[in-house]
Amino acid sequence: MEKNLALVLLLAPLCGFLFNVFLGKKAGKGIVGIVGTLSILVSFVASMYFFSLIQSTGKPFQVDLFKWITLEKFNVNFSFLLDQLSVLWLMFVTGIGTLIHMYSISYMHDDENMHKFFAYLNLFVFFMITLVMGGNLLILFIGWEGVGLCSYLLIGFWYKNQDYNDAAKKAFIMNRVGDLGLLIGLFILGYLFNTLDYATLKTAILSNSDILSNPLVGIAALCLFIGATGKSAQIPLYTWLPDAMAGPTPVSALIHAATMVTAGIFMVTRMHFVFDLAPYVQDVIAVIGAATAILAASIGLVQNDIKKVLAYSTVSQLGLMFLALGFGAYEVAVFHVITHAFFKACLFLGSGSVIHGLHGEQDMRNMGGLRKAMPITFWTMMISTLAISGIFPLSGFWSKDEILMTAFHGNIVLWVVGSIASIMTAFYMFRLMYLTFFGEFRGTEEQKHHLHESPSLITIPLIILAILAAIGGLISLPGNSWLNHYLAPLLSKGEHAAHHLGTTEYVLMAVATVGALLGIGLAYSKYIKNGEVPPQDSEIKGIAKTLYNKYYVDEAYETLFVNPIYRLSHFFRNYFEVFFSEVVFAFGKIANAIAIQGKSIQNGNIGLYLFAFVLGVSSILIYLFLV
Amino acid sequence: MQNILQQIGIENYIYLSVILFCIGIFGVLYRRNAIIMFMSIEIMLNAVNLLFVAFSTFHQDAQGQVFVFFSMAVAAAEVAVGLAILVSIFRNLSSIDIDNLKNLKG
Repeated sequence: MEKNLALVLLLAPLCGFLFNVFLGKKAGKGIVGIVGTLSILVSFVASMYFFSLIQSTGKPFQVDLFKWITLEKFNVNFSFLLDQLSVLWLMFVTGIGTLIHMYSISYMHDDENMHKFFAYLNLFVFFMITLVMGGNLLILFIGWEGVGLCSYLLIGFWYKNQDYNDAAKKAFIMNRVGDLGLLIGLFILGYLFNTLDYATLKTAILSNSDILSNPLVGIAALCLFIGATGKSAQIPLYTWLPDAMAGPTPVSALIHAATMVTAGIFMVTRMHFVFDLAPYVQDVIAVIGAATAILAASIGLVQNDIKKVLAYSTVSQLGLMFLALGFGAYEVAVFHVITHAFFKACLFLGSGSVIHGLHGEQDMRNMGGLRKAMPITFWTMMISTLAISGIFPLSGFWSKDEILMTAFHGNIVLWVVGSIASIMTAFYMFRLMYLTFFGEFRGTEEQKHHLHESPSLITIPLIILAILAAIGGLISLPGNSWLNHYLAPLLSKGEHAAHHLGTTEYVLMAVATVGALLGIGLAYSKYIKNGEVPPQDSEIKGIAKTLYNKYYVDEAYETLFVNPIYRLSHFFRNYFEVFFSEVVFAFGKIANAIAIQGKSIQNGNIGLYLFAFVLGVSSILIYLFLV
Repeated sequence: MQNILQQIGIENYIYLSVILFCIGIFGVLYRRNAIIMFMSIEIMLNAVNLLFVAFSTFHQDAQGQVFVFFSMAVAAAEVAVGLAILVSIFRNLSSIDIDNLKNLKG
C-alpha cells in the first residue's frame, strides 16, 4: 500500500505531463490547467500522508523497484527513499508547486502555448520529486539533470525572443559545468565505496576510520560542492540565475527561487557525512557562501528590473544557506530553505501580479503608487518583504538569525559579511517596495487607466504564501526547535544541539534587527523622503555603474572563457577540419576520376561485353592450366 | 564400346570438340545477328557435350553420359526461354541486330 502510494506520489506529475503534452492542445486551456494542478495536488496529499507516517513511526520508508546496474562489486538499485529530509522537501516542493500551478492558470491564460507550459511545469515537478526521493546518488542525478532540462525549456519558453533563448542556453551550459563536478564526485564515491546508496554509504563511511586519511574523500566532497554551485547559483557559476528571469514569472517563482535552486543544499545535506569528513571543503563552502551573499546583495542594490532584484536576492539568500552548510549547521540551512521558499515564492508571484497588472512592464522606474490599485498584492508582498528583511517575528527573522548565530560562533569575519548582506537585503527589498507601491505612478496614462488587482486565482496563492511566510518561523524557534528535533535521526551529530539562549544570542538578535531597520530606514529616506527615482541607464555613474553592470562578471567570463573557446573552435575549424575534409574529399575525387575513365567501357555494346567476357575466361583458363 | 575409340582415337574427339567450341566463340564474337549468336552458343554447348561423352567412354564410366542427358534437357529449356526473349526483342525493335540493344548504356 505504501509502496503504491509512493509510486503515485512520483508518477502523478508525470501523468499530468503526458496528458498535457499529447492531449493538451485538444483538451483546451481550462482542462490543461486543472489537470496540471490536480496532478501536483495528488503528490502533495501523498507527501502529507508520508509525513504523518514518518511523524508517527519515525522510520524511513524505502521502495526498491528493481536492480538497475549490476557489476561485479558495484550494484545500484532503482530505489526511492522517503525519510525525514526527503518528505520535508517533497512537502514544500509539491505544496508550493500546487499553488504556483494554480497561479499559472490565470497568469498564462492568454498564452497560445499554455498546454506546453503546464506540461513542462509538471515534468519539472516529476524530476524534482525524483531528485528528492531517490534512494541513491544516481537517481538523484537523473532528477538533477531532468530539472536542468525543464529549467532550460521554461526559461526559453517564449522562444521567439532570441535573448530568452540565449538565457536558456546560458543556464543549461553553466549547469553542465557544475554537473560535471557532481558526476566526478559520484565516480569517486563509487570507486571508494562500491556503492552510491545513501544508507550504505553512510554506514561505510562511519564504520571505516581509515577513510579520514584518504585525500580522495575531500576531492569527492569538493566535486559534489561544485555540482551544488552550478545548480544553486553560487560563485563562480551564479550568473545564469539572474538571466533565467527571462522565463515566465511562475517559473521564476517555482524553479529559480523556491525549489530547483535549493537542490544543491538538499544534496549537501544528504551527503553531510561526506562533507563532515572534509573540514577544508566546509571552509570553502562557508567562504563561497558568504562571498556570494554579499556580492549578489550588492548587485541587487541598484538593479531596476523588479525580477532582477529578486533574482539577485535569491542568489544572496542561497549564499547565506551555504554559509550555514559550511559550518555543518545543516538543519539551519534547511530551515532557511523552507522559509525562503515561502517568502521568495510569494515575492516572485507578487511581482508577477504587478507585471500582469502593468501588461508586461518590469522596470521599476515606470511603476510606483500601485498600493491603492493592488492592495492584496501589496500587503502580501509587504509581509514577505518584512520576512526576508528579518523583522521580528516573521519567518525570515528566525532562519536568518540562526544562520548568523552559527556564523558568529564559527567565524566572526563571515558573520560580519553575512550581516552586511542582510542589511543590504533589507535595503534593496524596501527599495523595491517603495519604488513599486509608493509615490506616484510613473508609467503611461494608458497603463494607469488599466490598473487593476489581479484575479483571485492569482491572489489566493499569494495570500496563502504570505501567511506561511509570516508564521513559517514557528517550525524552528530557537531553544525549542521542532525542525532540529525532526531532522535529528538523520543528522545525528549532536554537536549542533540547539543554541541555548544566552545573552550573546539576544544581543545578536538585537543587532540583526537593528541592521534590518537601518537598511529599511536608508531606503525610506532615499526613496520616500527624498522621492528619488533611479536614474536612466546612461546616467548611472561611479560605483553604482559597476554594480549595475554586475561587476562586469559576465564580460569577464566572456573574455576569459567564452572567447578563447570560440577562438579555439575557429582554429580547429579553419585548420584541422579543413585538413581532414580535404583528405576525405581527396578519396572522393580519386574515385570520381577513375569512374570518369571507366565510364567509356560500359558503352552498352553487347559485342564488346562478350569479347571482354571471353577474354577474361580465357585468361583465367590460361592462368589455371598453362602457367 | 572401347572399339569405337580403337577405330578413331580419343584425340580426334578432343580436336573436333575444340574446333566446334572455337567456331562457337567466334560466331558469338563476330556475328551481330542474335539468332546466329544463339546458334553459336548451342554449338559450344554441344562441343562440351561431345567431350563429356568421349571421356565417359574412355574412362568406361556412365556418369558423363548421364550428365549429358541432363545438360541437353536444360539446354532445351534454355532455348525455349532464349527464343522467347528474341521474339519479344524483335517485336519491340523490328530487328534482332544486337548493336541496336544499347539501352543499358550508362
